[in-house]
Amino acid sequence: MRAFNSINGLVVPIDRSNVDTDAIIPKQFLKSIRRTGFGPNLFDAWRYLDEGQPEQDNARRPLNPDFVLNQARYQGAEILLARENFGCGSSREHAPWALEDFGIRVLIAPSYADIFFNNCFKNGLLPIVLPETVVDGLFHEVLTQAGYRLHVDLQQQRVVTPSGVQHEFVVEEFRKYCLLNGLDEIGLTLRHADQIRAYETLRAQQEPWIFGVRS
Amino acid sequence: MTPLTLYEKLWRTHVVRQESDGTALIYIDRHLVHEVTSPQAFEGLRLAGRSLWRKNSILATADHNTPTTQQTVIADPVSRLQVDTLDANCARYGLTEFPMGDHRQGIVHVIGPEQGATLPGMTVVCGDSHTSTHGAFAALAFGIGTSEVEHVMATQTLVARPSKTLRVQVDGQLPLGVTAKDVALAIIAKIGTAGGTGHAIEFAGEAIRGLSMEGRMTLCNMAIEAGARAGMVAVDQTTLDYLRDRPFAPRGGEWDLAQAYWRTLHSDEGALFDREVVLDAGAIEPLVTWGTSPEMVVAVGGRVPDPALEPDLTRREGMLRALGYMDLSANMPMTDIWIDKVFIGSCTNSRIEDLRAAAAVLEGRRIAPNIKLALAVPGSGLVKRAAEAEGLDRIFMAAGFEWRNPGCSMCLGMNDDRLSAGERCASTSNRNFEGRQGTGGRTHLVSPQMAAAAAVAGHFVDVRDYLPHHQRTA
Repeated sequence: MRAFNSINGLVVPIDRSNVDTDAIIPKQFLKSIRRTGFGPNLFDAWRYLDEGQPEQDNARRPLNPDFVLNQARYQGAEILLARENFGCGSSREHAPWALEDFGIRVLIAPSYADIFFNNCFKNGLLPIVLPETVVDGLFHEVLTQAGYRLHVDLQQQRVVTPSGVQHEFVVEEFRKYCLLNGLDEIGLTLRHADQIRAYETLRAQQEPWIFGVRS
Repeated sequence: MTPLTLYEKLWRTHVVRQESDGTALIYIDRHLVHEVTSPQAFEGLRLAGRSLWRKNSILATADHNTPTTQQTVIADPVSRLQVDTLDANCARYGLTEFPMGDHRQGIVHVIGPEQGATLPGMTVVCGDSHTSTHGAFAALAFGIGTSEVEHVMATQTLVARPSKTLRVQVDGQLPLGVTAKDVALAIIAKIGTAGGTGHAIEFAGEAIRGLSMEGRMTLCNMAIEAGARAGMVAVDQTTLDYLRDRPFAPRGGEWDLAQAYWRTLHSDEGALFDREVVLDAGAIEPLVTWGTSPEMVVAVGGRVPDPALEPDLTRREGMLRALGYMDLSANMPMTDIWIDKVFIGSCTNSRIEDLRAAAAVLEGRRIAPNIKLALAVPGSGLVKRAAEAEGLDRIFMAAGFEWRNPGCSMCLGMNDDRLSAGERCASTSNRNFEGRQGTGGRTHLVSPQMAAAAAVAGHFVDVRDYLPHHQRTA
């Protein structure tokens, strides 16, 4: 996993609440057996005027000029500003894969759906929760100031606006540690392999049917 | 001793290691695997040279891409590769799989319980948000992403933090024509699609006790649509009766031991929940969604809401966008909405009881001429067989439905079963998101019997006017 420390990134606003993972990456792209290459199909149904198919040349497809990701001022955005309950619905990790592949490193919203929030951390993405009034203010600023950037510092747990206003955010200690160091969580867990085996032995005495081999 | 909630009991039993920051390593008993969210996890294991921790925790099946027609080979090469990849991975690691063509194959959330692979007291995970379904058996069941699928495969554990608890109590008895699906939608209407975020929901109360296991699964299935990763129902006699003699369930002395333990899997008297919500079952009506989020739902006798009456600006804009996408106007009666297609199926509503309920409405009737396609898709090969043994297939086909092979089908349209742009569907599935059933498609979520009644009328109608006579007078 790619480590994350801090960025000073261009912000793109997605001004809708309850954005679901079907919208972030539509089903037809879930047929891929790879982890990469989903970026061109991020928000596919909103971004293009035609219906996208896997393994298509996306450069030749008609773009929806009204969709923010297609507007010149947001090209190269690394921070996605969103509304409440972002990432609801399907558990597909293809959603953070698509965001990451597109170049997004940070999300800022008043709330996220649980599974999506979790999935972000596994892929070097930092989903930041800020109060609704603060997010409202950021929406106003990004819409009124071309080239709007935010400075995001994970170590300091701080978002800084161009005018110097600082917003602190909360992040779980373990997630922060993994993200700052780009650590593989499986490797960390396997350090406790003995403890997992001891648990299994105990549990197998109490609920042997859990461990029985059947077919 | 402090009274505990069901969730707390399940959580405590599975903690392998408690960390000081509040997270814990929790043990996973059952891992259900399907073709869409597993290939990258298997690949990750392979690249890291890791092995699977406990192979017999895994039950795998292909369901999302599988055709529901008679074809035995998937025509779409991209879909076929994904299913072939699952088969190859299961063969490579020696995993139990019900592949395409196996009579036990079906939707992962239908076959787990059907096989008794989902048992009370278990932690159950799957790379699929509707894993909450299995909570109907007093299991702690929740959906995970592919990185966590890999983590479970390699370590049999997950790093997690306990959820907050929410008890949704549904008092009284459900009126005739009102099903578990309507209860689920009524709860979502009350608390919203983010209402359960960060929580595990326990469904309780007389109306829940009165539900069959199929009904409880429908309800827990939709917990994720209320934002909760996990939904659950306490063990009672209904649970035990369902599980007895299932292929993966314990037998003999082990069964006796198991059921004695399982009977303790309920919230203790006086246990404290972080939040409680109470609904009156008697006030719930057959519901239909009108928008592009499951919380956008009204009674079938009601009207499409008017965004002008919504004070919150973001919400109002969401309603306007939904009405535009759905091509509906404010204040129109729900019964004036005409439909093009009908889908009875999905991990929400494809079990035998669902098919029986729909067939009871369809018996002796025909679908309306404006219905282009009506699909009945059983949740598994075994559900299909059971339905055929009862003659339900003949009722569906005589009514003009297509009787299909099991799979996720038109719930998300990863196979060929899809809506075309602009088409409107009465669907027993779980999500009415934009494009969910096909790009530009319009989904209205309903119960199986409401879908059947809509198929007959050609537009939404109150199923209570269509119930068989003996049910109405009962």
